Parts: sequence; structure tokens; C-alpha cells
Amino acid sequence: MLSQDISVILPELMLAIFAMVALMAGAYGQGDKWSGPITWLTALFLAILGAVDGLTGGTHTAFNGTFIDDPFARFAKVIILFGAAIILLLSDGYMRKHKIMRFEYPVLIALATLGMMVMVSAGDLMVLYMGLELQSLALYVIASIRRDSLRSTEAGLKYFVLGALSSGLLLYGASLVYGYTGATKFESIAAVAEHETSIGLLFGLVFLCAGLAFKISAVPFHMWTPDVYEGAPTPVTAFFATAPKAAAAALFARVLYDGFGGAAHDWGQILAFLAIASMFLGSVAAIGQSNIKRLMAYSSIAHMGFALVGLAAGTPDGATSLLIYVAIYVTMNVGVFAFILTMERDGKPVTQISDLAGLSGTRPAAAIAMLVLFFSLAGIPPLVGFWAKYYSFSAAVEAGMIPLAAAGAVASVIGAFYYLRIVKIMFFDEVGQGLTGPMPLAHGVTLAVSALVIGLGGMPLINLFGVPEAAAVAAASLIH
Amino acid sequence: MLESLTLFILLGPLAGAILAGFGKTMLGDKGAMMLTTGIMMVAALFAWIVFFSLPEGVEKLTLFRWVDSGSLTVDWGIRLDRLTSVMLVVVCSVSALVHLYSMGYMEEDPAKPRFFAYLSFFSFAMLALVTGDTLLQLFFGWEGVGVASYLLIGFWWKKPSANAAAMKAFVVNRVGDFGFLLGIFTLFFVTDSIDLDTIFAAAPELARTSVHFLWTEWNAAELACFLLFVGAMGKSAQLLLHTWLPDAMEGPTPVSALIHAATMVTAGVFLVCRMSPVMEFAPATQTFIVVVGGMTAFFAATVGLVQNDIKRVIAYSTCSQLGYMFVAAGVGYYQAAMFHLFTHAFFKALLFLGAGSVIHAMHHEQDMRKYGGLRHKIPVTFLCMTLGTLAITGVGIPFSYDLIHLPIGFAGFVSKDAIIEGAYASHNAASGFAFTMLVIAAAFTSFYSWRLVFMTFFGETRDKKHYDHAHESPGVMMWPLYLLSAGAVLAGMVFYYPFIGGESAEEWFNVALFMGEANHVMHDSHAVPAWVKLSPFVAMLGGLLVAWIMYIKSPSLPRELAERHYGLYKFLLNKWYFDELYHWIFVRPAMWIGRTLWKKGDGAVVDGTINGLAMGVVPFFTRLAGRAQSGYVFHYAFVMLIGISILITWLSVGGGAH
Repeated sequence: MLSQDISVILPELMLAIFAMVALMAGAYGQGDKWSGPITWLTALFLAILGAVDGLTGGTHTAFNGTFIDDPFARFAKVIILFGAAIILLLSDGYMRKHKIMRFEYPVLIALATLGMMVMVSAGDLMVLYMGLELQSLALYVIASIRRDSLRSTEAGLKYFVLGALSSGLLLYGASLVYGYTGATKFESIAAVAEHETSIGLLFGLVFLCAGLAFKISAVPFHMWTPDVYEGAPTPVTAFFATAPKAAAAALFARVLYDGFGGAAHDWGQILAFLAIASMFLGSVAAIGQSNIKRLMAYSSIAHMGFALVGLAAGTPDGATSLLIYVAIYVTMNVGVFAFILTMERDGKPVTQISDLAGLSGTRPAAAIAMLVLFFSLAGIPPLVGFWAKYYSFSAAVEAGMIPLAAAGAVASVIGAFYYLRIVKIMFFDEVGQGLTGPMPLAHGVTLAVSALVIGLGGMPLINLFGVPEAAAVAAASLIH
Repeated sequence: MLESLTLFILLGPLAGAILAGFGKTMLGDKGAMMLTTGIMMVAALFAWIVFFSLPEGVEKLTLFRWVDSGSLTVDWGIRLDRLTSVMLVVVCSVSALVHLYSMGYMEEDPAKPRFFAYLSFFSFAMLALVTGDTLLQLFFGWEGVGVASYLLIGFWWKKPSANAAAMKAFVVNRVGDFGFLLGIFTLFFVTDSIDLDTIFAAAPELARTSVHFLWTEWNAAELACFLLFVGAMGKSAQLLLHTWLPDAMEGPTPVSALIHAATMVTAGVFLVCRMSPVMEFAPATQTFIVVVGGMTAFFAATVGLVQNDIKRVIAYSTCSQLGYMFVAAGVGYYQAAMFHLFTHAFFKALLFLGAGSVIHAMHHEQDMRKYGGLRHKIPVTFLCMTLGTLAITGVGIPFSYDLIHLPIGFAGFVSKDAIIEGAYASHNAASGFAFTMLVIAAAFTSFYSWRLVFMTFFGETRDKKHYDHAHESPGVMMWPLYLLSAGAVLAGMVFYYPFIGGESAEEWFNVALFMGEANHVMHDSHAVPAWVKLSPFVAMLGGLLVAWIMYIKSPSLPRELAERHYGLYKFLLNKWYFDELYHWIFVRPAMWIGRTLWKKGDGAVVDGTINGLAMGVVPFFTRLAGRAQSGYVFHYAFVMLIGISILITWLSVGGGAH
């Protein structure tokens, strides 16, 4: 039995061992001098794991069903692993240039990724918590990795304190659920929840949702996001905006569908509330931002709201739409951050939106790629970002939640404003001081590929590269 | 053989239009003119060949599948029967001559290729209309000629009046087109087809079917025919929808000759004749057609009496002559309608091109009050115009048919008198009314036509400066006049027998036209009393006499008459105040609605809401969200706890638990 269990968690196990070996190598080897090779090796390892996950099939469970390796988990893991690998590659130059590279950085990213992999494979509340905390602890540290920067440490501390609060909420919810169902395994919880949803169980569900909503920064559990996004070093922000969001969203779906599938009507309301609040607050608040990292924080809040619209439907289509949304969202954000990481003037990183003025004149290719990405983020057809929203809203409409979808449409109109404003600044404003930094090859390639994928994915013959079909298969494994 | 000739006739002008329109840098002015004119001349030659060698029955040629949607399948095809061949001859001949004429008339225009491209495009659309085998293809041509007409009326786009006239023509035609479309819908609704043969076969059935439309039950045949006729009224400028035609004279004169006299405006007559198998089953609609036709013939003739713009006189004359054709079609004498359409094309194109020649000679002066005595300066044009006037007023020898079995007279004498006799002979409820109207109109026609000739060519000149420089037009402009003059003189006598001389209705047109079993108007019209046959001739002489007295003998008489009957004069001069009436009933309310929706609806409501939201409400919340983001961890934690409290309260109060 044990050997079978081990074989199921082999990827996670290998990543854990790799992280610890790398940590030892750094600690007892040449320290930060080895940070470069460790970063590259970690990225390579993550990519290999992602490829392996993408190529395996079937559903396997381990440790008496507390760990599940199914198409759903693997779909999420592919996004997480590749997202993390690309961000690592993009981080390297920036961290080195601004002398904040530590060999712990790739190790912590690897550990956070490991936590995420456990999260999306969790079949039990305790496994869930284990994965979540592993991820969170790693993230707290990398948020404040720039120890000599006041803002970075403030960001890390804020994140840590609020994260602890949310973990407390989550644990409280978990204990309530255990108290009213007598089980921590999703399967067993679902068996009880299907027959009756007592008020205690509902309380537990609300607290669980609050804890998870914190991780995907859904309103009103979002308050940390703008401060942390702005304060943390940009590569860390880029990481925050991609893989952890995908992992938390997938975990959200996992808990709700696997554990509370019978109570979809109840949590549908919770999610609808979270979705509407996130979409509107994210869109409205983003308008007032002058810092692009803060803007991306609100953008991610709004986008998580749009993703939750699909999930609120509680149907297989809803889970599918969530996965599609997350995949597209990560692709767009990787591209945007690949560019933001190159924004600097006289060797110093700059993050003001006004710094983008006249970009179309100084860097036309990058400006056009960013135009595609921002149009896509705004949800303008035929770009892929439109299809993300389309799947999400149509899942809600088919589940009879037409007001929710309508609210989403209104919010996306408001949201379009601030994306288009950036485009306007890039293309029509006079060049101010301009950007002087070079465009490293890795960033250029990532930006170009991302823009091409986003720009062409919606074309008739490409059909989003088969992502909707894969997501449908993944979502099917979630619904029992 | 015939098919390929017809195919060239149809597609040649299209090719010409495309080449002249888009290849003008390659072809140049001269090339574009030569190409389009050459193509039209070959097409005209082919049209005559087809006309003379067409066998009996219907030839069909299917080109390609156009629409395939549910039970609606439409092929693009050519329907070739007598009716089509007559129209082919009319359209191609006049178009070729107008092309040729325009080479001279448009000499000084900087946009010649555009003009010739439009002309050829018009010819293509008109030919698509007359060769259509389905109502949809007919409608395609119908709209195509509408577009071409719009483009050509507004050809001199720098003139605001030309633009206004172009828009007016288009909008008024849309009203008729809407009726036409509804007619097509009705036929498709009842017969499940828009193919002509299927509809014709179903016509007796239609007469027994009733359809629900606008809160009442209607006879299907009556309704469909009525709606189709509304379309015809728009295109053929019949009373109520006639207001665009006089204004359309803003276009270049060759355009007026081709589109607004000889071809496009007769499309309505063609439509009624084409639909004769259905029309025959709709007696009430036929009566309506007769009434409208008779009233138009009379109304337009009265207005023509007092107009001073040479082209407007001819425009109202066209309007009036179209009324004649509709009366003939309405009483079931389709042969006479087509015959008059055929002869009218020659003499009306002649009059217009002649007028164009006068205008050309007088440096684009169109006011007849500034003409006078021009017969000395431009004698050939004078001769041609006189021949045209003799034709339109219907000069001929009465009773010659009874003597030698061939009516001797100018084209209009033969065809117009046939219509008047048909109107008298038919058993239509409105036949007496129509007969009276047409005879009176014939007198008026004679008066205003001769008035035109007298004012232009006789007496003393009233504008010495232009008169002195007046000169005969160049050859390219004169040759069309000669050919059309020949048509105006001979067309009636030569084609009398094929068109209306036969004893039985099926003889020459055979299957192209259908006459019901009770319809003997063709036969009866040959046997009307002698006074009926004489009446249009007498009316013509009366008109001529009065015109001679007023404009040759005592030229001061018109002024005195106008002053003595000032109200009537104003009423006629202002075209019965139709334009003013429409302005009050339709234009002003429409402008008001448009302005209100624009200023109040779009400006205040839509823009106001959007601007209010975008510049007031949203920024307010943006500031609020910014304030909430205080940076204090305890604020953030507090918000989280508030959120969770809301969720728990909502779920427990909202009945989530059970």
C-alpha cells in the first residue's frame, strides 16, 4: 500500500527533496553565489514536473483518499508549475541587477509551489491546511525578502498577520465542519452535507470560504493585496499574481465541489456575494491608481471576481469556466509582468503608470504587445480575455444566475476604463522621461509569446489551444 | 445563342461600370467613355437581335444558386420572354444613346469616368430587374436602380439642391420599396415561394385565400397586388409618391432622359405587367390602379401647364404619361401599357435630350422665360424637338385604321389613343373616370408641350447675351437625337401589329402576359364608337390652338390670365402644395422626433447617465475605496470580520440553513 501511495505523491515528494537539497547546497555551499544555478535548476525542475503532470492520465488516490491526483489537480498543477517556472526565469535578472538575489528565493518558490501542489490535490481538510500553510509561510518570507527595504518588510508583515487571521478563520471553519459531520475527508463531509445542511455546518462553510477567499484576495478579504503587491519586490508581485491565485482558485473549487457538492445552493450565494463585491471594488478602485503594481493588484481582485462568477453557478460548466479563466488569467499576467519587470530608468526600477507615456514611440513592439494584453484583460473580443469572461458568464446564465452575469458585464465595462487608460497613455501621451532599461531576451520572448497566444487564441481554428476541452475533462473529474 | 447574347447584355454593363469606376487611372477619361459606350452599343445591338429572334414561350437560364435557406431557395437566373425582350430593347437602346450623348454633354465635367460608371451600373441594375425570374432578383434590380438614381441625381454633389433631391428621391422610393417588400413577403407567406412561375400557378388559389394583416382579413391576391403596386407607385412617381421626380431633374440632363423618363420610372409599369397573372385575380386593386393612374395623368398635366423650367415641364409630362400606362395596366390592357412604355421611351428621351441640347446651347440656362426665337440658332434641335412634340401630343390621321388597317400617325398617336380607347372599352369600375381624366390630360399635354416649343423656339429672344452665343451641339449629341426622332415618328406604326394589333390576347406576348377569361379589353378597344376615337385628337387640337393663341398670337395673354386667376395659378405653380403638405405632415414631425431623440434622448438621457456614472458615481466610489485602503492592519482585519459577519447573517437569515 505504502509504495502505491508513494508513487502517487512522487512528484510532490521529489520537489520536496529537491527543495531541501537546494537549501542544503546553498547553506553549506557557496551561498548566494550559487543562487543563479539554483534558480535555473529550480525553474527547469518545475517545468519538467509540469510536463510530466501534463502527460500523465487517470485518477489515483493516496493515503486513504486524503490525497487525490486526478485530471483536475493536474490541470491546476500544470498552470502552477509553468507559471512558477517562468516567473523564476524572469526574476533572475531583476533580482541580480538590484542586488536582492538570495539563494533562498528559488528554494522558497519551490516550497511554495510544493504547497500549492498539495493544496490542489487535497482530499481532506488536514491535507488542505498543510498545503496551504506550506505555501503561505513561504510566501510570507519572499514578500519580505528585501530585508533592508521598509516597504518590503511591511508588506511581508502585513501579509503574515492577516494571513494568520485568515488561517485562524479557516481552521475555525474546519473544526466546525468536523464537529457537525464527524469527518475531515471531503468525501465523508459531502456524504453528510448532501442530506442536511445544519446551521453549524453552514457556519463552518462560511469560515472555510473566508479563509480561501483571503488567498484569492476576494473582497472583502482582499485588503492585503494592494499593499503587498506594491511593497514586495516586483518579481515577487509577479509570482503572487500568478501561481498562488491559480492554486487557491482551484482549491476553492475542490473544497466546494468535492466536499459540499450537495450544498451548492448555499455556497453559490456566498460566491455570488464575493464575486460581485470583487468585480466592482476591483474595477472601481483600480481607476484611482497611479502605480502599475497596485493597479495590477486591483486588476487581480476584479479578475478573481469574474472567475468566481462561473464557480458560483455550481455546475460542471462553472468549474470548467473557472479553470479556463485561471489559465487565461495567468497567461495574461505573466506577459504583463514580463514587461513591468523591465520598467526602469537610469538603472532604478520604476512602477508609475505615467512612466509608460509614449511607449508606442520608444518601444513600438512592446507597446503593441501590451496593447493586446490590456485589451484582453479588459475583455475585448476577439482576444482571449473575452472568451474567459464569456465562459464564466455563460455558466452563470445557464445556472439561472442572470443578474450575476449582468453585474459582471457592468463591472467589466467599468474595468475596461482603466485598462484603456493605460493604452491611451502608452499610445497618445507625450513621452515624459521615458524608460531607459534594456529588454532582456527572456522578457521579450515571454511578452511576445503571451501576446501572440492572447491575440490569436480566440481565432476560429485555434479554439483557445484546446484549453476548454482539457478544462472540461478536468472539471468532470471533480464532480462525483 | 440567345442565352449568351442576353448574358452579355446583362453582364457587359456591369463589367463596364466596374472597369470605368475602378480603373479610371488605367483607362483615362477617354478610355472609360469609349469602353462603357461601346459595351452599351453592342448590348443594344444584341437586344434588337434578341427582340426579333425570340421564339414563343419562355426561355430560362439559371446562373447560380443565390440563396438557400430553409424553404427559400433563390436562383440567379434570366427569364427571357416577350416582356423581357421589349424592356431589353428599350433599356439598351436608350442607354446606348444616352451614353453617346453624354460624351458630348459632359465634355467639360472633371469626373467623366465616375459618371459613365454610374450610367453603366444603372443599366446593369435595370437589366437585372427586367430579366429577373424571381421577385428577389427583381427587387435586387429595383434597389440597384434606386441606388444608381440616387448617385446620378446627386452627381453634382457640390450643389446642395442636388444632394437634397437625391436624398428625397431615395427616401420617397423607400416608402414604395417597403410596400414592395411587404408584397413579396405576402406572396412568400402564402405560396412559400418567390419564384415567378410558382406564384403565377398559384394565382387562382391566391384569389380564394385570405390572409390576416393589420387586424383584418384580406384577400391574398388583392393584398399582394396592392402592396406590389405601392412599390410601383414609388418607383414610377404616381400620385402621393410623385414628389421626388421633378426634383430629380437636378441631375445631369442625360440622366433625366435615361432614368427619369425612359427606363427606371417605367419599372413600376413593367412590374404590374409582369405580375399580370396575379393582377387579373385582384379586381379591386386593378380599380385602384386605374384611379391612381388617371389622377396622376390629370394632376401632373395640370402642373405642367405653368412650369417655367424646361426640364420640369418634361418631368411632369413623364409623370402624366406614366399615369396613362398605369390606367392601361389597370384595366387589363397590358399590351397597350407596354406599347406606350415602348414608344414613350423614344419620344420622351428625345424631348429630354433635345432639351439638353437647348440647355447646352444656352449655357445651362433652364428657364424657358429666358429662351425664345431659338429656331434660328439651333434649327436641327428645333426640328427634333418638334418631332418629339408631335409624337407626345398624338398627331396622326384619325380613322386611318378603319380605312387601311394601319393607324397613320406619330408614335404617341398610336399608343396613347389605344390606351384611351382601352380605358373606355373596359368594364373596370373606374373606366369612365379614367377615360375622362385621360382625355382632359391629353388636351393639357398638347398645351404644355406646344407651350414649351413656342416659348423656346418662337417669338423674340428674352436673353440676348446667351442667345447670341447659342450654337448647335456637336455630332455625338445630335446623332442620338436623329435616331430617337426616327423612333418617335415610326415606332407606333411599325410595332402596332405586334403589340396591340392582334385579334387574340395571346398572339404576340403569348405567355408573358396573362388576361383573365372575362378580360376582352384588347378586342373591345378596337370597336369603340367613333367619337371616342376622335376625342383625343380633338383634345390635342384644342390644346395646340390655345397654346398658339397664348404664346404666338397674343403673348401678353398668359400674364393676364395668371393675374386674373391668381389663386389657381399659384396652386398649379406650387404643384398643388404637395411638397408643403408633406413637409408639414411628415418631414417636420420626423425632424422633431429626430431632434428630440438626439438632444433629449441621446444627449440628456444617454450621455447624461453615462457621463454622470463615469464622472460622478464611479469616481466617488474610487475615492471611497482609496480611503478604505488606509494601510493599517487592524482596519484590514476589521473589514475581513465585517465581511464574514455579513455572510453569516445573510445565510442564516436568508434561509440558507434548513
